[in-house]
Amino acid sequence: MSDNNMPKKNPLSMQIDLSKFEKATEEEKRQQDVMSESSTFFKDSMKKLFKNPLAIFSIIVLVAIILVIIFAPMVVPYGYSEILKVNGVRDKTAMNLGPFQFSENEQKYMAETGIKLFPHIFGTDELSRDYFIRVVYGTRVSLAVGFFASIIVLIIGVLYGSISGYAGGRIDLIMMRIVDVIYSLPDMLVIILLSVVLKEVLNDSNGIIAKLGTNMVSIFIVFGLLYWVGMARLVRGQILSVKENEYVLAAKSIGAKPGRIIWKHILPNCLSVIIITTALQIPSAIFTESFLSFIGLGVAAPMPSLGSLANTAREGIQSYPYKLFFPALTICLIVLALNLLGDGLRDALDPKLKK
Amino acid sequence: MSEKLLEVKNLHTSFFTDSGEVKAVNGVSFSLESGKILGIVGESGSGKSVTAYSIMQILAGTGKVVEGEILYKGENILNYSKQQMKNFRGKKCSIIFQDPMTSLNPTFTIGNQLMEAILLHTDRNKEEAKARAAEMLTLVGVNEPEKRLKQYPHELSGGMRQRVMIAMALACEPDILIADEPTTALDVTIQAQILELMKDLQKQLGMAIIMVTHDLGVIASMCDEVIVMYGGRVCERGTADAIFYHSSHEYTKGLIRSIPSTQNMKQKLIPIAGTPINLLNMPKGCAFCSRCDNAMKICLEQIPEEIWVGEDHLASCWMNVKKQMEQEKVGASK
Amino acid sequence: MAKYFVKRVLLAIVTIFIITVIAFFTMNAIPGGPFNSEKASSPQVKAALEARYNLDKPLLEQYVIYVQGLFHGDMGISTKTGRDIAQTILESFKVSATVGGMAAAIAIVCGIVFGSIAALKRNTVIDRIIVFLSTLATAVPSFVLATILLYVFSMKLGWFQVWSADSHNYVLPVIALSLYPMSYITRLTKTSMLDALGQDYVRTAKAKGVSQVLVIFKHALRNALIPVITYVGPMIASILTGSMVVESIFTLGGLGSKFVTSITNRDYPMIMGTTIFLAVLMVGMNLISDLVYKLVDPRITFD
Repeated sequence: MSDNNMPKKNPLSMQIDLSKFEKATEEEKRQQDVMSESSTFFKDSMKKLFKNPLAIFSIIVLVAIILVIIFAPMVVPYGYSEILKVNGVRDKTAMNLGPFQFSENEQKYMAETGIKLFPHIFGTDELSRDYFIRVVYGTRVSLAVGFFASIIVLIIGVLYGSISGYAGGRIDLIMMRIVDVIYSLPDMLVIILLSVVLKEVLNDSNGIIAKLGTNMVSIFIVFGLLYWVGMARLVRGQILSVKENEYVLAAKSIGAKPGRIIWKHILPNCLSVIIITTALQIPSAIFTESFLSFIGLGVAAPMPSLGSLANTAREGIQSYPYKLFFPALTICLIVLALNLLGDGLRDALDPKLKK
Repeated sequence: MSEKLLEVKNLHTSFFTDSGEVKAVNGVSFSLESGKILGIVGESGSGKSVTAYSIMQILAGTGKVVEGEILYKGENILNYSKQQMKNFRGKKCSIIFQDPMTSLNPTFTIGNQLMEAILLHTDRNKEEAKARAAEMLTLVGVNEPEKRLKQYPHELSGGMRQRVMIAMALACEPDILIADEPTTALDVTIQAQILELMKDLQKQLGMAIIMVTHDLGVIASMCDEVIVMYGGRVCERGTADAIFYHSSHEYTKGLIRSIPSTQNMKQKLIPIAGTPINLLNMPKGCAFCSRCDNAMKICLEQIPEEIWVGEDHLASCWMNVKKQMEQEKVGASK
Repeated sequence: MAKYFVKRVLLAIVTIFIITVIAFFTMNAIPGGPFNSEKASSPQVKAALEARYNLDKPLLEQYVIYVQGLFHGDMGISTKTGRDIAQTILESFKVSATVGGMAAAIAIVCGIVFGSIAALKRNTVIDRIIVFLSTLATAVPSFVLATILLYVFSMKLGWFQVWSADSHNYVLPVIALSLYPMSYITRLTKTSMLDALGQDYVRTAKAKGVSQVLVIFKHALRNALIPVITYVGPMIASILTGSMVVESIFTLGGLGSKFVTSITNRDYPMIMGTTIFLAVLMVGMNLISDLVYKLVDPRITFD
């Protein structure tokens, strides 16, 4: 082999310390072998997640919102359905106040007694109720709807999907045809139809359901009936691909039972997909609820939800545009934060994106 | 002496990742003469594929040649314009990849993908390009070429697809063919067929081949010259005979010791201990020192220089320096 | 292929059948009939009305009569307005389809273009802006967006008149309708484009000397569009049939707003009619998108 940049023929022309040509000890060699620090998949993912500024922003926003909806009702001396009173008398001047305004009666009362009343941070609504506390309760309701709906979807979807995927064969075929049918039902239509029916049916019954609000219950039922199919398909697909892996075969060969195999070996490998889908389900549920409120099928008055608040505000938008602003902004913030968090989780948990 | 077709001088290629700069290729030099087969051998992460991709300028995302020259017939292709580079790729120099399963576009027919390069680099019209594509398929031993042209990649077996890849690479009669682990993803029997095919085609068409592989068997059966790489650096380079019979780098010796053969059937194979180095944490001295049985203190501290250890044979190992010093000592004392 | 097609069509028919069953029987489960609200009407009038709409017959028989009518293109008469339902639906569908068609076209074209740009200019300012805006747009509920558009551009700035009966200014509703799917397609295209650009065959194409533009628009985009198609099919269906929210807010009188009013009016035949019409459209679009999907991706075999 010929080469232009000829290496030196005589290395001895270099000044080399002969002692360096002694054999290196194992200890010295090991020091050279710089290994990258070992870490688990979970640790790695979390590290990646916390490096993502958008994910951190989302977590901060969500935590802040949750703290507010937990503690605000303890601090604010008004109730969500309570019509403002001054000195025990209904305050008729307190309708549609702007943020941080006091009504005439309240101002008079404060001037007379010197007692400082708690400000109406977002103003009041058309029925003289404190708007801030209504938004807080609305957020509670919307988040609760989103959260529980996602849990329902999670449970049904994972159970159905894992049974179908693991069983395979004829059972899988039948189960998946059912999913196909439900999948092609126009979801909004079914939701509306079911909500109408459930509203009527459940209204007649009393007890817990009535207290919860019939529409809340119907939203959950609708989610339980319809939205799990996406999750079920996803889980089944994951299980089908994981099922053929050698470690599952190994577990089978030593006589592990199907339930144990699914729970211990297969589901952990599908976990990232499940977590992400659940995180993204919450915004979708919040949207659905606000949509139902829009067409008058949302939570029952006087209980507010962000959707129903925004919808009420929509009607009076010309006079009081700020009333739409607060609930709408809260919805956007929650949904945005959850979407960004879901994206962040996907990036962090996707092993394909490593390196 | 035959002309130098391709010369790589002191090539440095790095990937800029979130965790820092990864020096995948670290000062590689070699030259390729026309009509010769050059083997680049090394384990995964040794920088052999990155060297090949650097020549083609098809490095992924964050990869970049940071130093060095790549001379094609005396011209530095790193200074080529986009247009010149497009002409270089596929026409002057082609590449076939490791995994024929994923290297063909699943949504286009074989014919479409074969004709694409022909239409791009030659004056042929569509009909002529199609004829040429069929001709190439026949050349690489694909039966029923007319029918194959209309098929999609997923309808072909792995061996078939690799033949299609070869046909595609050779369709414009390039001077250089880079084969990046062309047989790794194939069955053993198919591997032999593909290698045989490449040897035949090389004789027929006379192009030079750069064979990138981790398989010393492939190197032994095909290559005229060999480069052994470890940790992005060249350990040893020379004629295939010199590398196999007079290995002068501890890593090459280790590699050869670990090949099973009919001669050492009854003996236990001796693997190279340890794991490949982490390119993010390169040692100060020789890249191989932590796994080397004969590592010396100097190996840990200083990168060995490349020195001549025989005619047409260069190696970068302090052991050779030591040997030469000892010889000179003996010579001096006489 | 034929076998697959037949199978899919059968499944579609089953789905539509199930929808008619669900719609019909859930509606009848609602306590109180359509004529309860008109308190003025005497029991005789009520009975006569119920007889006219076959409401006096057993439920199952009502269903059979209804399905028989369907086969003749007869969806019955609205209990509220007394107009022919099939015709009402077709008329309002024209409005919905016009607005929806424009919105769907804008969403698809802009979504794919923006998504591709974001993928190509990855990690640049352009990419960040596109991703930020599209994420933001998917976080706004449609009725909030529509209301804001209406408030700002129509009430405050007075750029668009939307309320007059004769002027058909569709700009605002089209924007309101297209923004969400556009953002969604943008995000989807970006992800799948990045995925496609990292594939081996893109490297192969580059190594053949194919220009950057051709690599992207021939080799990568076709593969990147496969997941987009699965979304676009149902999206078109739901957009064409009109968003109930956007149509109500802009008082367009399309199919969506008809559906909402029919629910509040408890107009049974009208609810049934719209439900079935929407379901057929939805199921049909799903079917088409599945077939297109299989045409774009030759790897999928018809089994």
